[in-house]
Amino acid sequence: MELRYTEAEEVFRAALREWLNSELPGMAPQPHREDWVARRKWDTDWQRRLFDGGYAGLNWPKEFGGQGATPTEQLIFFEETTKAQAPYVGVNFVGTLHAGPTLIEEGTDAQKAAHLSKILRGDEVWCQGFSEPGAGSDLASLRTRADRDGDDYVLNGQKIWCSFAHIADVGEFLVRTDPDAPKHRGISWLVLPMDLAGIEIRPIKTVLGSSEFCEVFLTDVRVPVSQRVGAENDGWRVTNVTLKYERGTAFVSELIDSLRLCADVAAIASDAAHLRELGRCYADFAGLWSLTKRNVSQTSRGTPGAGGMVIKLAYSEARQRFGELCLRILDREGLYLDGNELVEERLRTMSLTIAAGASQIQRNIISERVLGLPREPR
Amino acid sequence: MMWQRTPTQLCLECSVDLELSADQVSMCDGIRALLQGRFNPERVREGFNQSVYQELNDAGVFSLIADGFCWADAAIVFEQLGTFCVPGPLVACALSGELASHVEAHNPTVVEHLGHVDSVLCIGADVRRARADSLTGVLSDWPLDPLTPVTRVSAPAFTAIVGDAAAAIEWRQRGAVLTAAYQLGIASHLADMSAEYAKSRIQFDRPIGSFQAVKHLLADMVVRVEIARASVYAAAAHLDEPTDSGLARTIAVAKTLAGEAAIANGKAATQVHGGMGYTWEVDVHLYMKRAWLLETHFGNSDSHCDAIAASL
Ligand SMILES: Cc1cc2nc3c(=O)[nH]c(=O)nc-3n(C[C@H](O)[C@H](O)[C@H](O)COP(=O)(O)OP(=O)(O)OC[C@H]3O[C@@H](n4cnc5c(N)ncnc54)[C@H](O)[C@@H]3O)c2cc1C
Repeated sequence: MELRYTEAEEVFRAALREWLNSELPGMAPQPHREDWVARRKWDTDWQRRLFDGGYAGLNWPKEFGGQGATPTEQLIFFEETTKAQAPYVGVNFVGTLHAGPTLIEEGTDAQKAAHLSKILRGDEVWCQGFSEPGAGSDLASLRTRADRDGDDYVLNGQKIWCSFAHIADVGEFLVRTDPDAPKHRGISWLVLPMDLAGIEIRPIKTVLGSSEFCEVFLTDVRVPVSQRVGAENDGWRVTNVTLKYERGTAFVSELIDSLRLCADVAAIASDAAHLRELGRCYADFAGLWSLTKRNVSQTSRGTPGAGGMVIKLAYSEARQRFGELCLRILDREGLYLDGNELVEERLRTMSLTIAAGASQIQRNIISERVLGLPREPR
Repeated sequence: MMWQRTPTQLCLECSVDLELSADQVSMCDGIRALLQGRFNPERVREGFNQSVYQELNDAGVFSLIADGFCWADAAIVFEQLGTFCVPGPLVACALSGELASHVEAHNPTVVEHLGHVDSVLCIGADVRRARADSLTGVLSDWPLDPLTPVTRVSAPAFTAIVGDAAAAIEWRQRGAVLTAAYQLGIASHLADMSAEYAKSRIQFDRPIGSFQAVKHLLADMVVRVEIARASVYAAAAHLDEPTDSGLARTIAVAKTLAGEAAIANGKAATQVHGGMGYTWEVDVHLYMKRAWLLETHFGNSDSHCDAIAASL
């Protein structure tokens, strides 16, 4: 056990800090949350700066344009960018954090060449079309059909909760290529250009009153078979590759930011009971930050522990407890959202216990994989 | 010592790491094997006495730092002591190097293990000592933790100063870390024993561990253990660092989370065991009661959370 960073890691940190110091003052102000054209531009502009600065695709292998950074360097990156309040990954989330890595593991050379470098440069925005009205937690029950017609698939069906679909260039889509096979065996994973004929996108209004995600209707959409990643009907296996990345480091920035928010809130809290509870919230986040580091230590040794499964569940619930406390501290100053980050966050974080595997599903997974308890029906 | 090894030097080239090193894994296996051999549940139920002290002392448990081990190593050993629910004023013995229990100056009248120790240390603005036979009081015939006898001492006098203000702070910090490690061991053992029970206990023709209401109780036990373990290891590793920036807060976090993990897992374990969990015979209550006892040592979660908030 050791708390110190190596000299090389400290050099990496210092260089990153310097780069952030020179880059961030030149950023345009963050656009309004409903101005999606501007948001796309702002987020992809940041991605381009990361690329030019040598920080894009930190965890991607060098041969695909990434940085091949160690897991600890990635932690340092999250730590420093969050502390400097640099832009979050934003609309680049799907491409850089899970579609790209999936292509690296499962894609053909042509697929890699077509997308990886564009993702890293901020030239291509991805969305994720996995969920359907009838397939949420039970994702494998999805029904969107892909019928083979010569060298094309013909797609018919409906996707939902598709974040960034209205501004995305391509999407990772799950479709049913064999309706007669058991549900996990008839799925394929496709790269779907979002401008194909027959795709209709309708934004859905969230509890924030804004439109972060969309419904996607697919009517006789023709897509070449060459857009499939992995073998036909082997899409469930590919999906698990994607989910592994999606649930991986997605929460590290938020977690570090939560520690900062605790300090901000301490400055406006005066009631002794509120402060004690705030100390408790801080302990939750600090404990999860230690667990994140421990998880990296274990993964680096090739013996991953339960941390990866625990962090998403525990963070999302801790963050909601913290949000509740913030509302109580704000009292009537919590009745408006404009300029009120804490209230906006209380609403936004309601999704954390649902998206990317609801808390109940996470508990099923932990009790089955860590403790070996009997499995739920699949 | 049975798990002898060369103590490692702080190495500037190794990266931030909160997992056991190969040496620490074998040390952990060593202490586990020792405790398994000597502290079966019957022996544990006999409580603390001179021979328990002697055996642990011979094994080096109370002289780890003097023997060149680091605080992270000590935390690993105390986690295992907690796993086996080994009774006694173990943390006080390890910190003082003598057969002693401890009290805190703001509430010094309830003394643990008075009949089995040579002296009692009192931690306040400084550290003081009283000879155990100089303290008199009423031994409770019904202590909360049946393996931790408590004596209500009237007007205890701690006259001999054995440590200054800085020593008192050190005592509190190191004591909190070792106690948290022990609490982690309690939490972790309760999770394991409850999972085993849930797999073997059949109701409605299936293991109770197939019911989601039970699975989710158990998953939450794992969550608490994982977070507490990372926090305790981080705090112990921090004690080994020459700088103390942020040390107090890291320790407060560890003690809070490990304490709550032990107590909450005690409650969950009782629930999973059903009526068996409410019996004297099943060990759950011993762990649960030790968890409550240790929550009063070196600051409870309320005081630590207050301190964290004040530091923000
Ligand atoms: C902000 C946000 C962004 C999202 N972005 C995307 C995206 O970009 N692309 C995409 O494909 N999807 C996306 N999703 C969808 C997300 O993955 C699903 O919402 C999630 O998987 C849950 O599915 P559901 O909403 O259908 O809920 P359901 O599956 O209907 O669940 C409802 C409730 O039932 C519980 N439940 C279900 N099954 C079980 C079980 N076996 N045991 C115990 N309890 C159970 C759940 O825990 C939950 O509490 C997003 C969701 C959110 C909130």
